[in-house]
Amino acid sequence: MSEAVSALAGSSAHGFVDVTEAGLVGMVTIRGDYGNTEFRDKVATLLGLNVPDQRQMTTGGTDKLLWMSPDELLLVCPHGEADARVGALSAGLSGVHHLAVNVSDARAAFCVKGTASGVREALAKLSPADLRASVLPVGEVRRTRLAQVPAAIWLESEDRAMVVCFRSVAGYVFDLLTQASKPGSEPRYF
Amino acid sequence: MLILKCPYCGVACDETELDAGGEAHLTRHGPGSSDNAFEEYMFMRENPRGVHFERWRHAYGCGKWFHAARNTSTLEVFGTYSAQVIEPPKDIREAISAKVPGWRWRDFA
Ligand SMILES: [Zn+2]
Repeated sequence: MSEAVSALAGSSAHGFVDVTEAGLVGMVTIRGDYGNTEFRDKVATLLGLNVPDQRQMTTGGTDKLLWMSPDELLLVCPHGEADARVGALSAGLSGVHHLAVNVSDARAAFCVKGTASGVREALAKLSPADLRASVLPVGEVRRTRLAQVPAAIWLESEDRAMVVCFRSVAGYVFDLLTQASKPGSEPRYF
Repeated sequence: MLILKCPYCGVACDETELDAGGEAHLTRHGPGSSDNAFEEYMFMRENPRGVHFERWRHAYGCGKWFHAARNTSTLEVFGTYSAQVIEPPKDIREAISAKVPGWRWRDFA
């Protein structure tokens, strides 16, 4: 078995916020019909997490379950456990129309940490999304665009955001976040 | 700048988070149709100044297609709605009528 490595091996940059590549993060894409109670109930039982409401996430233990679209969930879990989660989902959901895939190594994750206003400002420089606290509160998922690539962002707390993007653009996103958080470049909007 | 609310995510999407999908509510004419009907389907499009119906895709988000009703000259958005309909729903038509009395678009009014 080869050794798993994350896209940027935990690279970090320090501006008015700290940008850190989050290292190995387990991610499992789950697709299915939320309107089907059998699907919802089985996912909840298998993961110990309820299917989140629109744009929300549910958290328990080491795992998080994020609402990505009306038929797509993203499970965030320890990297080494992603395959086991997929195995459990595939077995438990057999007979129910669904899809569960380990996408951990197809993605990169970043942590953006600093002051509450700094975190929102660094991200708002790169995304057209409305990042005011009244529109994107802590714990809500926003899929959007960072400069020229798709990304999902959410705030874990007021001073800490997570960014998930495709692995192939990890270097680009890291450079974007580094540039956006250059000291002295704060827009001071938030 | 155009901001459309994705009916599936409920977020206000910037135009640059979306893909434009062209005119809405086209009836497809494929193999077996008359040349005229196929030409209409393939090439003939509305190009109004005012009320217009379009398809958009939430490309940098959920990936779903949806419909939008908007005013091409003022950029006012009357509303967005599901892709799984073949004509604008009643509430959207009423919202347009409130702003543009007597509007017509193709066979809709
Ligand atoms: Zn959407």
